[in-house]
Amino acid sequence: MNIIKKIFMKSPSRPLDYHRRWPLRTILICTLIFLYAPIFTLIAFSFNDSKRNIVWHGFTLKYYEKAFANAELMLAFGNSLAIALFSTLISIVLGSLAAYTLWRFRFPGKAAYEGVMVLPVVVPEICMGVAMMAFIARTGWPQDVPWPLNLGAITIAHIAFCFPFAAIVIRARLQSFNRELAESAHDLGAGEFQVFRDIILPHMRPGIIAGGLLAFTLSLDDFVITFFTSGPNSVTFPVKIYSMMRFSVTPEVNAASTVLIIFTIALTAIALRLQYRSQMTEQVK
Amino acid sequence: MEPWRKTPFVFLVSFLPPALWLAVFFVAPLSLLWLFSFGDKSGITDIELKWTLTNYARALDPLYLGVVLKSLWIAGATTAICIMIGLPVALVISFAPGRVQPWLLLLIILPFWTNLLIRTYALIAVLRGNGHVNSVLEWLWHIGDGILGMVGLGDYDLLGAGFTPLALLYNDGAVVTGLVYVHLPFMVLPLYAAFDRLDRSLIEASLDLGAGHVRTFFSIIAPLALPGIVSGVIITFIPALGAYLTPDLLGGADSQMIANIIERQFKAANDWPFGSALSFLLMYAAFFGMAMRGIFTKRAAEGGRR
Amino acid sequence: MLAQNEPIIRLKGVSKFFGAACAVDNVSLDVMRGEFFALVGPSGCGKTTLLRMLAGFETPDTGNLFIDGRDMTGVRANRRPVNLVFQSYAIFPHMSVAENVGYGLKIAGLARDEIMARTAEVLRLVKLTGQEKKHPGQLSGGQRQRVALARALVMRPAVLLLDEPLSALDARLREAMQLELVHLQKTVGITFLIVTHDQSEALSMADRIAVMDQGAICQVASPGELYEAPNCRFVADFIGKINLFEGAAAMHGKDRIRINSAILGEVELTGAARGAVTLAVRPEKIRISCEPQTLLDIIQVRGRVSDIAYYGGYSSVFIDIGAAQPLMADIMNAEQNGMRNVTPGDNVYCSWRAADTLLLTG
Repeated sequence: MNIIKKIFMKSPSRPLDYHRRWPLRTILICTLIFLYAPIFTLIAFSFNDSKRNIVWHGFTLKYYEKAFANAELMLAFGNSLAIALFSTLISIVLGSLAAYTLWRFRFPGKAAYEGVMVLPVVVPEICMGVAMMAFIARTGWPQDVPWPLNLGAITIAHIAFCFPFAAIVIRARLQSFNRELAESAHDLGAGEFQVFRDIILPHMRPGIIAGGLLAFTLSLDDFVITFFTSGPNSVTFPVKIYSMMRFSVTPEVNAASTVLIIFTIALTAIALRLQYRSQMTEQVK
Repeated sequence: MEPWRKTPFVFLVSFLPPALWLAVFFVAPLSLLWLFSFGDKSGITDIELKWTLTNYARALDPLYLGVVLKSLWIAGATTAICIMIGLPVALVISFAPGRVQPWLLLLIILPFWTNLLIRTYALIAVLRGNGHVNSVLEWLWHIGDGILGMVGLGDYDLLGAGFTPLALLYNDGAVVTGLVYVHLPFMVLPLYAAFDRLDRSLIEASLDLGAGHVRTFFSIIAPLALPGIVSGVIITFIPALGAYLTPDLLGGADSQMIANIIERQFKAANDWPFGSALSFLLMYAAFFGMAMRGIFTKRAAEGGRR
Repeated sequence: MLAQNEPIIRLKGVSKFFGAACAVDNVSLDVMRGEFFALVGPSGCGKTTLLRMLAGFETPDTGNLFIDGRDMTGVRANRRPVNLVFQSYAIFPHMSVAENVGYGLKIAGLARDEIMARTAEVLRLVKLTGQEKKHPGQLSGGQRQRVALARALVMRPAVLLLDEPLSALDARLREAMQLELVHLQKTVGITFLIVTHDQSEALSMADRIAVMDQGAICQVASPGELYEAPNCRFVADFIGKINLFEGAAAMHGKDRIRINSAILGEVELTGAARGAVTLAVRPEKIRISCEPQTLLDIIQVRGRVSDIAYYGGYSSVFIDIGAAQPLMADIMNAEQNGMRNVTPGDNVYCSWRAADTLLLTG
């Protein structure tokens, strides 16, 4: 009943109700259309039964079949997943350690440490990409290793630029930690590691999960850095799509892209859900 | 916070791994690049460290200077358009009822979570010669032509002899469109944060004293939200300046930006010292921008406390 | 083993500096086994620092710290036979009540049934039986405090340290908890050491009190002694309410002092002192009358009533006697000393026995 009331009975507009004013509302709606229309058409046309991607011919899933049947594409997807998984696991560990260090300790050069931690966020990706490429070439990184070790270079580069993002998220979570809880645990007899395991880690958990999902998404989606660190037999999903795009614009690319979009959005939704839920439980406490 | 000496073992265990990783896999590669930028190509794969500034000087060559200036111009245009769109959008969101705000923000950010490559590809399908925009325009042209025919003006070819599609792709405009498409959330978020922190009663006071909404915006809202605006400008401009994919996929031969030149030096042209010098020029610009932003927000925070 | 009359806590010459600032200044203190001891002082006097040094979270820069006869000066917090109840309770939010209480026992490696038995026992003691599965978010402030108490008590420490235990509670709950804490201490028999800035709390709960100011201990005594025989101006002023008068003393005979005070005139007291002194009298010792009193050995001043604050059982009457501060007299409302009601503007005589006057040289 209340909802119907709200829809049909407009309360008088207050001066600061900018969201009610039609010129501004139009701009917002146009912006949202601008942002979403290309993506929606891309997804829609992945079901289009036509090679040329312009006029709608009929609904089909055949391009999805083609995409899944494309061995190289699937291999690239597998590579991306493997890289993202490893890089997330290690990023969480390194990110947690960095966040813990900055939260707990005073030490000479702390500002420099913080600065270096932030660098990967600030440095343009192209610079990082070429730097890694030069580094790999110069240090004679082994090139002919079997799977999955040939993904090592990419994974290492991904970890280097992902874990600072995870560290930022985890550090934000640590700020809300009451130090007296750790002191209390010490007072009750716990040693350093026990305090970390029993008291601090449970508190960090929402941050670790959110940071992990962020790292996973960053790794999965990365193009520029991967482009410079991958070789002919260590192709990732975005790099593969890029080469497919350069050759031909077929709905197969749409299908593959849609899969990646759904995957990423699902992960983000989970992350947000976890954040939201941990915030709710925090409020009860 | 405790001094590290109190529990040195714990400190080292938590300090060293991240530090070492960054040192070896981030600082070292960048340092290598830095050394290269002072080097000289001696042979096909060898680089001799000569401590020369010729690579940096080459960036001022009219050929490359043109690219640098074009990059600045494209990034600037992108930022300007983002501000023009971002300000009203952020305004609407921050003054919307509380329950709706997180959803609106999510709607704006969600495209950001999709792959850059895919978003750019989607834009290609929209902007192409036979892409969606042109299809719609062609459809409208046919309607217009049909109406003219019915009215009896068909023979005059008032709309042209045939439909000519707009060249929306492979030019600077496409690159700017693509960059705006990608970077809009970066502008909206800081603006939203700044507007959200505003004291509403200040705006109401301005209206009460007789100022109109537009005047209130430029005299009250914008100056108070300035740190947020500056923040948004910097975190839009700097990444736009260093963009690689968007100009690569959407730009024409003359819409190259700095990142594309750098890529060419490392792959096709094999002139790593020059590429390194260009990379570092880009990096210095990025650092400068971030430093400016840091100083600005710090000064604004202190000013507020007074 | 420790003899019965040896102190369970002994501090010898303990100091702590934070940078150039001295938080604890050469403190020596004994706390006896089984007593309820209070450390009292204004904010910043160093009492919390002292407490944290006892708990092991700060290390003294000088001096030694003995707990139960053993030198614990450098020993880490998790190795000491003391437990601390934090001001904010510091209950682990992700554990249930039972898990919180049993945490220390789990770390100590006790068997599960023993942990459950001891947890149940201590929860009964703090009246939280039945709350074992609840999480801190579901508990009230008072209940959370009991969990903190239980968690510390279940460890059977030599000394239980409490940091401002009642400051987070509302007034009525605070009074009830004061009595409960004293009762708990007597039941359990463990030495309690509380830190508080509220002197009335310390007076009502403790067996002995140490008053601290600017890092040093001014006086250690029982509540009664502190109230009736403060050893310095600070303690007199900090504990309870008091009226203070400056004066100059000179010896007048073997044990008589003559003090010249601007307000009180010439006063003669028993004792020994010389030079600048402070005379003091507690408000409840003062009687108000319309006529001058003629009893021997009283000190009397004239004044005009400026304010009366009514507190139900008693009233604080403020009398302007020509000094910078008005004289404060507390009179019970039930008995009016044979006087009609005092009203502001009345000219009255205030008197008290000379023997009730405190002589303070510090």
